[in-house]
This record gives sequence, C-alpha cells and structure tokens, in this order.
Amino acid sequence: MGDHHHGPAKGLGRWLFTTNHKDIGTMYLWFSFCMFILGGTFAMIIRAELFQPGMQLVDPEFFNQMTTLHGLVMVFGAIMPSFVGLANWMIPMMIGAPDMALPRMNNWSFWILPPTFLLLASTLFMEGGAPQAGWTFYAPLSTTYAGPSVTYFIFCIHVLGLSSIMGSINIIATVMNMRAPGMTYMKMPLFVWTWLITAFLLVAVMPVLAGAVTMMLMDVHFGTSFFSAAGGGDPVLFQHVFWFFGHPEVYIIILPAFGVVSQIIPAFSRKPLFGYDSMVYATASIAFLSFIVWAHHMYTVGMPVSGELFFMYATMLIAVPTGVKVFNWVTTMWRGAMTFETPMLFCIGFLVLFTIGGFTGLMLSIAPADFQYHDSYFVVAHFHYVMVAGAVFSMTAAVYYWLPKWCGRMYNETMGKTHFWISFIGFNLTFFPQHFVGLAGMPRRIPDYALQFADFNMMSSIGAFIYGASQILWLYNVIATIVAGEKISDEKVWDGAEGLEWTIPTPAPYHTFETPPKIDPAHAHS
Amino acid sequence: MLRFSDKPAVNTAVNLVAVAVMMFAFVFVVMVPLYNVLCDALGINGKPSGQSYTAVAAKVDESRTVTIQFIASNNEGMPWEFAPTTTMMEVHPGAVNGTVFQARNPMPHAMVGQAIPSISPARAAPYFHKTECFCFNQQPLDGESAAELPLQFIVDQDLPRDIGTITLSYTIFDVTDMAGAAVATR
Amino acid sequence: MVFKAKRLGMLALGPVLLLMSVFAMAAGGEVSEVNMSPGVTEVGQKIYDLHMIILGISTLIGIVVFGVMFYSIYYHRKSRGVTPATFHESTKVEIAWTVVPFFILLGMAVPATTTLLEIYDNDNAELDVVVTGYQWKWKYEYLNENGENVSFFSNLRTPQTEIDNSEAKGEHYLLEVDEPLVLPVDTKVRFLVTANDVIHSWWVPELAVKRDAIPGFINEVWTHATEEGVYRGQCAELCGRNHGFMPIVVNVVSKDEYGQWLSAKQQEAAEIKELMAQTFTLDELMARGKAVYDTNCLACHGVNGEGGVGVAIAGSAVATGDLGQHLDIGINGVPGTAMQAFGGQLNDVDMAAVITYQRNAFGNNMGDTIQPIDVYNHKKG
Repeated sequence: MGDHHHGPAKGLGRWLFTTNHKDIGTMYLWFSFCMFILGGTFAMIIRAELFQPGMQLVDPEFFNQMTTLHGLVMVFGAIMPSFVGLANWMIPMMIGAPDMALPRMNNWSFWILPPTFLLLASTLFMEGGAPQAGWTFYAPLSTTYAGPSVTYFIFCIHVLGLSSIMGSINIIATVMNMRAPGMTYMKMPLFVWTWLITAFLLVAVMPVLAGAVTMMLMDVHFGTSFFSAAGGGDPVLFQHVFWFFGHPEVYIIILPAFGVVSQIIPAFSRKPLFGYDSMVYATASIAFLSFIVWAHHMYTVGMPVSGELFFMYATMLIAVPTGVKVFNWVTTMWRGAMTFETPMLFCIGFLVLFTIGGFTGLMLSIAPADFQYHDSYFVVAHFHYVMVAGAVFSMTAAVYYWLPKWCGRMYNETMGKTHFWISFIGFNLTFFPQHFVGLAGMPRRIPDYALQFADFNMMSSIGAFIYGASQILWLYNVIATIVAGEKISDEKVWDGAEGLEWTIPTPAPYHTFETPPKIDPAHAHS
Repeated sequence: MLRFSDKPAVNTAVNLVAVAVMMFAFVFVVMVPLYNVLCDALGINGKPSGQSYTAVAAKVDESRTVTIQFIASNNEGMPWEFAPTTTMMEVHPGAVNGTVFQARNPMPHAMVGQAIPSISPARAAPYFHKTECFCFNQQPLDGESAAELPLQFIVDQDLPRDIGTITLSYTIFDVTDMAGAAVATR
Repeated sequence: MVFKAKRLGMLALGPVLLLMSVFAMAAGGEVSEVNMSPGVTEVGQKIYDLHMIILGISTLIGIVVFGVMFYSIYYHRKSRGVTPATFHESTKVEIAWTVVPFFILLGMAVPATTTLLEIYDNDNAELDVVVTGYQWKWKYEYLNENGENVSFFSNLRTPQTEIDNSEAKGEHYLLEVDEPLVLPVDTKVRFLVTANDVIHSWWVPELAVKRDAIPGFINEVWTHATEEGVYRGQCAELCGRNHGFMPIVVNVVSKDEYGQWLSAKQQEAAEIKELMAQTFTLDELMARGKAVYDTNCLACHGVNGEGGVGVAIAGSAVATGDLGQHLDIGINGVPGTAMQAFGGQLNDVDMAAVITYQRNAFGNNMGDTIQPIDVYNHKKG
C-alpha cells in the first residue's frame, strides 16, 4: 500500500478495506459488544418471562427461540469475536510484529461476520421463527422437526466457522513467523501462548462443527439419514459429533481469558507471573484433554458403563491443570504489592467466580451425580460461572487494562469500579440461586416452572436486570474515555505492567514495530 | 512443513488450511464409520449387529434360561398396527427360536415400513443373533392389508451370566417417502 | 483502602458461606428447595452422599485458596508500603500442587465408580415399564407375561387458565398429571425408555432416575423405591414448544394397593371394550369429549378451538365437513405436521367423544354423534 507510513485512510473506506490489525481489532471489539447487547437483550427477555411462574410475556415457542439465539449469539457473536479482536490488537504488539501475517484475510474474516449475524437474527422474522432447538441443536428436533429457518441457520454456522478458522490461521501464522528476533516461544507473553493454543483448537474443531451441520443439511434436504433411526442412522451420533466440537469450544472460550488474567494479575501485583512454564504446560494439557472428554455432556444417553467411566476419569483429570493455574495466580499475588484498579478487580472477580465454576464442573464430572445434575439449572449456573465470570469478566478487565494504551486517554476509575461492583453483585444474584433451583429439580430451557422455584427465579431475574444494566455504564465509560477522557502520554500506563506493548508511545500509533524491537536475551518472559 | 511460497506465513496458512480440510473429512470418513463400528461391537444404543447371522452348529445350553421380552412401538406419524404375537419367551442359549410380529396397514394406500431393532441391556446386543428378521428389509404393505413378520434368533452361549432378561424392541418408521430414493449412510 | 479490601473479601466469601449453608440445611433430610434430594432409593442416597462429599471437599479447597488470596489481598497491598517479592517459580511447590489434587481426585473416583456400577446393574427387576416420550406427554406400558399389557398416557393436568394467570395456581402447578405412573414399593422396577418423535429425558429426582428417551432406540434404567409417596419430575431434554409442560408423577404405593390398581386398570380396559358396543347420547359424548379435548387437543388448537400451533377447529372445513375425513385426521394424523396420529393414543370411546365434541362445540353445529363402533369400523376400514 502506498500510504503505508501515513495514518489511516479517511471515511468509510478505512473500515471496509482496512488491513490494519488495530482497525480490525477495533471493529471486532465493537461488533462483539453489539452482539453482547443483542444476546443480553435475549437474556433479559428470558429472565423477564421467568420472573414469576405462569406465562406472561412470550409464547413457549418464542421462549425457545430466545434461549437458542441467546446461546448462539453470546458464544459465536460476543465472546469468540471479542477475543479475536483482542488478539488482533495485542498479539502483533506483544511479539514485536508490524501487523498480522495475512492482513487481507484478516479483513475478510471480520467482514463476513456482520452479514451472517444479520441473517441469523432475521430468522426471527421468518415463517416458523428462528431456530428453537437450543444452542446445542440436538437432532432430530433440529432436523426433522425444525422449521424452514434451519437452512439459514446451517449456512450461518458454516460462515461463522469459516471466519473463526481464517482468524485462527492468521493468529498461528503471525505467532509462528512474525516474532521479533529474540522473542523465543518461552518468552512470549502468556496471552499470546493461550491464543496460539486456542487457535490450534479452533482449526481442529470448527471443521467438525461444519461437518455436523453439513450432515444436518443433508438429512434435511438430500434424504440421508445420519441422524434418523429410520434410515439406519442415530440421533445420538449428532451429540457425539457436536460435543467433539463443543467441548474444545468451551476451552476456546476460556483459554484466552486465562491469558488475559495472566497478564493483568502480575501487573497489579508488581511481581512476575508465578510458574510461567507450568502455565504454558497446563494450558497445553487442558487443550489436549479437551479432545477426550466430550461425552461427559451426554452421560444420560445410555452409553456403555466402560464409556461412562473413561469419560468420567478423563474429565476429572482436567481439574489438575486448572488447579495449577488458579494456584499460580494466587501465588503471583502472594507477597506482591497490590493495587486494585478496575482491571485487577475484574481479575479477582474472575479468579473467585471461575474457581467456583471449576468446583461445580468437578461435581458435574462425577457421572452418577450428573444423573441428577444433568440438564438442570445447576448446569446453567455452572457454565455461566465459567462463561460470564470467566470469559466476559476477563474481557472486561482486558478492555479497562489496554483501553488507555489504545486511545491515549484514561477511563474514569470510579465509574470503572462501580461497574465492577454492580456487575459482581448482579452476576452472583443471577446465577448463584440457579445452583439451588437446579439441585432442587428445575430443568433448564423451560419457559414456566413449579411454584417452589419461584423465589430463587425472581432473585435471579432481578440480578440479571442489574447485571444487564451495569453494562450500559461500561459502554458509557468507554465512549466517554474515547471522546473526552483525560489525555495521557506515558508509555507505561500501569507502573507494574511488563511487555512490548508498553514500550511503544501512547496512544499506540497506527503502525508499530515496522522495525523489529530488540529483545534483551537476559530478560525473562514478559 | 511443506513449502508453497517464499513467504513463511503463507506456508503456515496453507498447511493449516489442509488441517482444517482434513478435520472436516475426518467427521465423515472416520467419526461416522467408527461410531457405527463401535455400536456394533459394544451394542451402543442396543443396536444389534446389522448383518444376519449364520447359525453355527452350537450346543444348546439347557442348564440356563434367558427371558426375552418383545416390545413394538410406532414412530410418530406411522399409522400401522404393529405388535408382537408373544410378549415374553423363555429360551436356552444356543437354541434357535422363532416368533412372529403382526403388522397391518389401515390406510387406503400402499406404504413402506422399516422396523428398527434395539436391544436392552445394550451389552447383550452383541450376543443376540438374528438368523431371520424383517428388520433387514423395508416392508411394503398394500392399503388395508396385513402381514406376519417372522423373526428367528439365537442367544449366544457366551452371553454374560449376569444377564437374565433381554428386551428386544422394534420401532416401526414410515419410510414410504424414502423408499426408492437411495437410503444413505450404512 | 483498608476498608475496600475488607469489603472485597466479605463479598467474595459470600458464595462460599452460602455453599456452607447448603451443607447445614441438607442435614434435615427432607426435600430441600436448595439442595439435591437423597430421595427414596438407596442409589439416590449414594448419589446424594457423593454430591455432598465432593461439595464438601470443593468447599474446603475453596476456603483454603480464597483464604490465602484474601490474606494476600489484605497484607500485600502497595498502600501498606510493602516491597514486592521477585520470586516466580518453585519446582517443589508446583509439583506438590499437581500431585496432591491428583490423589484427592483418585479418592473421589472410587465411590463414584462403585455407585456408577450399581446404577448400571439392571438385572433381576421384578417389574418392567416401557416409558415413551411424546411431544408433549408420556406413555407408560406395563409389560405383562400373559398378553394384555396395561398402557396409558400421562398428560399435564394443570389447566391453561392457571398457566395464563387468569386463575390462581394450584399447589402442584405444572407438576400434576391426569394419570400418574403407579409403582409398588420395595420392588426393583426397570424402565425401558424410548421416544416417539424427538429426544426427551425422563427425570424423577427422588427416584434418582434420569435417562434420555431416544426415538428408535431403547434405554434402560431402574429404581427401587423404599418409601410410599408421590414423586414428581419433569422432562429434562429440550423437546420443542411444550418441553416445560410434560411432567412426570409417580405414585409409589404398597404392593397390595398396586395389585388392586393393576387389576382395576385391566378391568377398565375390559370396560372400554364393553363401552365400544354401547351407544351414547350427544350429551354424554360432549361431556367426555370436552375432557379429552382439554388434555389432548387444547395445547395446539386453543381453548376455544381458535387454533395456535394447530389449525383452528372452530368453523374449520374438517370439523364441519366430511366425517370420514375428520376421523381419518384424528386417527392417523397429518404426516409432516405437528398433528399426530391419535389412533393409538386414544381409545375408541374417547376418540368418538372428542370428534363429536369438535363437531358440535366452538360454534360448530353439525349435530351428528359418532359412536365408538364408528371409530372401530373406520380403523378396520
């Protein structure tokens, strides 16, 4: 490009045709925030209907569409793209690269997302409504018994998979080929490491999801019977294929969050990350184990007992590397000199709540006990502790942590802390009671419930409204910062922060590291 | 790593695309067939082995009896009357046994049915051999006509001793639309 | 800052304290609104024990980890003027906290394995019940050595008026059915679970049973209730529109009572046969038909036959047209739509009643009465 050394192009064209990793990262982040609001709106509708027993606001069919779309939009539209956006912004800056390795593909992988989600959302207005078989869309409910929107849904999943695969290939190619001289693998910041492993997971399992939906497409339109017993197929096969994708997917969501927390906790503890090597190995073993535990999502389908035992033992093993990570974070804080700015608060929130989610995960791994937990609200509570308090909290921490670097302006700390406390309280009020109703026997994905679950559900709904509202505060704080935040120019925004991204000017210039930085070989990893 | 270009990043990307394509193919050429093989071997979902069994000259184990239960059900939208003539049977492992299911098409037009067997407990499935079964084929029935569907089976002498009852369930599906069109997978 | 750190500690400890309170409440042993129920089976008790053990171990580990963390948050703050340490690894410590959890897990795996093996021991059941999931109801069929199996459908009994809030909700709102499953106490009962359309999951927490119902395949699971009582559960696998409205009610009764119930049920079947030969008046058919309509048709066709998921019945061409076609749709359903074949679900008396009702209610005024024998003849062609 001719204007390589100048600033960004002007107008809409800048965003449509940009190949700049920072522009693309920004677009990913804003897009994922929009999806977060959309998926959140669906959640608010769900919680409003569940505010008290009886059907008040929506039809059971629409309720099912809401639970389905809430899951799909949050997983594929909010959480995954937000971390891809963060990777776009940070990975080149962290490894001393001028940009992503394949900038043009980077542009495509973003721009196919918005039309896809537009299409997915438009299924709400189609005849027969949006997909309503849950975000796990088990056959035959999602095939033989699905409305006409299933074809659009399958197309959307294909395109989303394509986008994720392209994004991941780009990240792997960047990390493997574009590191500054002296930036060895074991010197890479942990965020880069966790993303590298995540990207490999994505390349391995997104095609499996594509395979699953392709089989659905063939069953629906081309007369095959992969998932129908009538033609010699088996609906349970769908679940195996789906969860072969689905379990690694869970780690795809949480591993980059681990990376973020591993950057932020040392910064505010003013002390290097404890056990860097074991963090890398733990991440890799979690990724490996994620491929051999999928059937713990389907303990009740009637597997042979040998299968149940295998998946139970393998699943329990995941507690070991996950435990190592939690212990490492706590030890990083130990004897540090901590301060508690907003990013650190969100990381501590993450640490506490993710650990609780880990404990309930361990409980769920016990197959006999899972016969009682399975498909109850206990599971809903568990995965929201991991997905929301895990992924979303760490993403929030990341935005507060790097926003000053990105835009050269400081956010409002009081507002940030207020955001944390409201989020933390709202989140726990929403999801902690769900453990109780789940154990007491409330199944998930029901639009109405028996009277003994009423109190906790009302609590949950109030919590959800609080948590939802607190995100508006976040949006306001971010916009206020970008528009009128206090200008800062220190390269190091946070005094304890380490890493190459803190050696460049603030705000980060449009092009960085066009000549690779020198990395002190004696200096440990950042 | 294979080299496709002078740019190392492009090489990495091409290799990764190959991995992604392989994983997509993996679903169809490995996961699906492997699942079917495992189902046959372990009796997952109580799927009895797909082929008809050729009886070997086996000793009948008179010392042992196993109870066989027969269940028939219709899948949604299948209007046939479909039922076993015997609901329960005591058999000796190794012996050849037979029973008959009855099917009747009450509709005015011809239809095609397909019975799908399932055995419980699933781990008994590999030991339940059918020498003759209507489930091997699609069953056409003219409008308002009935048919007797014979079943012959042998319970293997190697059936684990702690299994005393085996339930054989047939679900009958309406495959009129599918019949004629190639029935895919397996 | 001191104040802030304290507050942080208090709040984050909240969940742990709540977990502990679960512990305390569980001691009562009664059906809890906040914890898993040990139920009325030995297996259920074992699952409950397992649940409590792992919850307990997790809580302890949580207290230790969070304890260390909050100690650190309080004492290792910059505002206290501490100088940060610089250590960043310790092979010994790292090995220890890899190995110790491994052994804790091993300790958990032992009771989990034995319980699982017990759950999988399906043999020597004294009673076999086939459980079939339908959109959106359950069918129970008692297998019987001598031919005639007892079989019936179990539908949600909560009236639509309670669901749409126009009437006060009853005590067992959404957890009540027209015909519960009846089981004898102290008997090993084996359930053969399957489905008619999509995947369902049969879950009764107090019987410690949850098993997926998969169309075309059969799954088995067993229970052995040691206490008489009424136990309620729900479908656990998303199965479409009315997934939340297909409850399960199990009456566990004494063996004598069960015997009486079973023979009454068999007699009822015989009576139905007799009724078949009878001729009913329009009023009799309308009364019976309304009851049948409300449990079987209302969910899709609406309180006043105005339609919904299903087509409107009020003024419809079918209900005010050719009787043969009307019967045909009722008995055989409409393939490719949500309209199921009710021929196998309703006996001929109920079918006759509901068809009559549909033709003479909601402003339809055909004036014809359909007798059970008409249904029977239609079925036989």
